[in-house]
Amino acid sequence: MKEPLFSAKNLKLLTGPLNLNNPITVQVLGICSALAVTVQLKPAIVMALSVTVVTGFSNLIISSIRNTIPPRIRIIVQLVVIASLVIIVDQLLKAYVYDVSKKLSVFVGLIITNCIVMGRLEAFAMAEKPWRSFLDGVGNGAGYGLILIAVGFFRELLGSGKLLGLQIIPHFLYEMGYKDNGLMILPPMALITIGIIIWIQRSANRELIDKS
Amino acid sequence: MFSNRYIFIYSSIMVTVVAIALTLVAVSLKPTQEANVRIEKMQNILKAINITATPKEAQTLYKKYIVKSYTLKADMTEAPSIDAFSIDLAAETKKANPADRLYPLYIAVLDNGDTSYIFPMRGKGLWGPIWGYVALKNDFNTIYGVMFDHKGETPGLGAEINTDKFQQQFFGKTIFDENGNYTAVKTIKGGAGSSNPHGVDAISGGTITSNGLSAMLEDGFKAYLPFLQKKIKQVKTENIDGGTQI
Repeated sequence: MKEPLFSAKNLKLLTGPLNLNNPITVQVLGICSALAVTVQLKPAIVMALSVTVVTGFSNLIISSIRNTIPPRIRIIVQLVVIASLVIIVDQLLKAYVYDVSKKLSVFVGLIITNCIVMGRLEAFAMAEKPWRSFLDGVGNGAGYGLILIAVGFFRELLGSGKLLGLQIIPHFLYEMGYKDNGLMILPPMALITIGIIIWIQRSANRELIDKS
Repeated sequence: MFSNRYIFIYSSIMVTVVAIALTLVAVSLKPTQEANVRIEKMQNILKAINITATPKEAQTLYKKYIVKSYTLKADMTEAPSIDAFSIDLAAETKKANPADRLYPLYIAVLDNGDTSYIFPMRGKGLWGPIWGYVALKNDFNTIYGVMFDHKGETPGLGAEINTDKFQQQFFGKTIFDENGNYTAVKTIKGGAGSSNPHGVDAISGGTITSNGLSAMLEDGFKAYLPFLQKKIKQVKTENIDGGTQI
C-alpha cells in the first residue's frame, strides 16, 4: 500500500526541525550567517527562503540520483549540486531583489558552506526516498529560517525601531527620551539573542536539557 | 562497486549538465541584472540633487532632471565620444597612469530652474571602497546635495555615511574659502560647529571611514579643480558685465 504524501511520519520531517531538532538552536549549525544577515528583517526573510529552497531541492536532487552516485566521489557530487543551486538562487536575487541581494552580499554564496545543507544530504538524502528527503530539506530550511526571522525581528525592532523598513516605535517615545539600542545592530547581540532563544526553548522543552 | 570508468563518465556528464544549466540561467538573467545596476546608478545621481527615486521612477526622473553629461579627460578637456554614464569609476581609479583617467560630470536642471553640477567620486573606507556623488550649485562652490555609499563599513559606525542625517550636514558648505583657495569639505573629529563653512561633524567610532570620506572629497574635487576655477572665473566676469550694463 502506498503511503499518503503527508502522513504523520512525513509531517514529522517538516515539523521536527522547527522545534525539537532545530538546526540552529539544537544542532547549533549555520550560526555564522545567522549572525550576519539578521540586522534587518527583510534580508533575514530572503536568506531564510533562499536556504529553504537550496536545502529542499538539493535534498530532492541528491536523493533522486543517490543510487547512481559512486560513494568515492559522493561529497563532490553533493557540493556540485549545492553550488549550482546556490549560484542559481544568487543570480535570481540579483535580477529580481537587487537591493536585498546587495545586503546579503557574500552570505548567499556562503550557503554552499552552510553545514545544514551538506549535513542533511549526508545524513538523510543519501539514504531516503526523494519525497521524504525534500520534506526533510524544506523542514530544516524552515527551522533555520524561523530562528533567523525571530532574531531579525528583535534586532530591527530594538536596533532601528523599524520592521521591514517601516517605523514601528512611535515618534513621541523618541521625544520622551527613548533611544534605539545601537548594540542590537552589531553581531554580538545576534549571538546573545540566539542564546536567549535557546534558553527559552530549553525551559519550555524539558527533553532538550542534558540529564547530567 | 563502481568502476573508475563509471566514475569518470559520471563526473564528466555531471559537470557538463551543470555547466549548461548555469550558463542558461546566467545568460537569460544578465539583461535584468545590468538594468538593476544602471537604475541604481540613476537613483544615486538623483539622490545627489536631493531627489529620492524608487527603482520604477528612476529612469523617468533621471531623464527629466539630468539634462546633460560630459566626459572630461584628466586635463579637463572634453572627450565627446565617450558616454559619461557608462564610465566605471572603480576601473578609472585603478588606471596606472592618472593622465589616462576619465572624469564624468552630470548637469541637472532643478525644479527652480537653477543648474546643478554633479561630480562622482570614489575613495577608501575602513573595510572597502566608499563612493558618492556631490552636487554643486551654479556658483561652482556651494554644495547643493550629496550622496555617499559604501561597500561594507561597520553598521552603526562608518556605515552612517549613507544616512540622510549625516549627508544633510553637507548642504550649503563651500569648497573654496573667501579668497578663492581650495579647501574642500572635511569631516572634523569632535564636531565642526554650524559656523564652519568647510567642515562637518565626523562620525564618532567611525574615524577611519570619516577620514576616508574627507580624503575622497578632497581628491575628488582636486581632479576637477582646473575645470571649477575656469567656471568660477566665467561666473564672476558674467556678473561684472551684468553690473556695468545696468
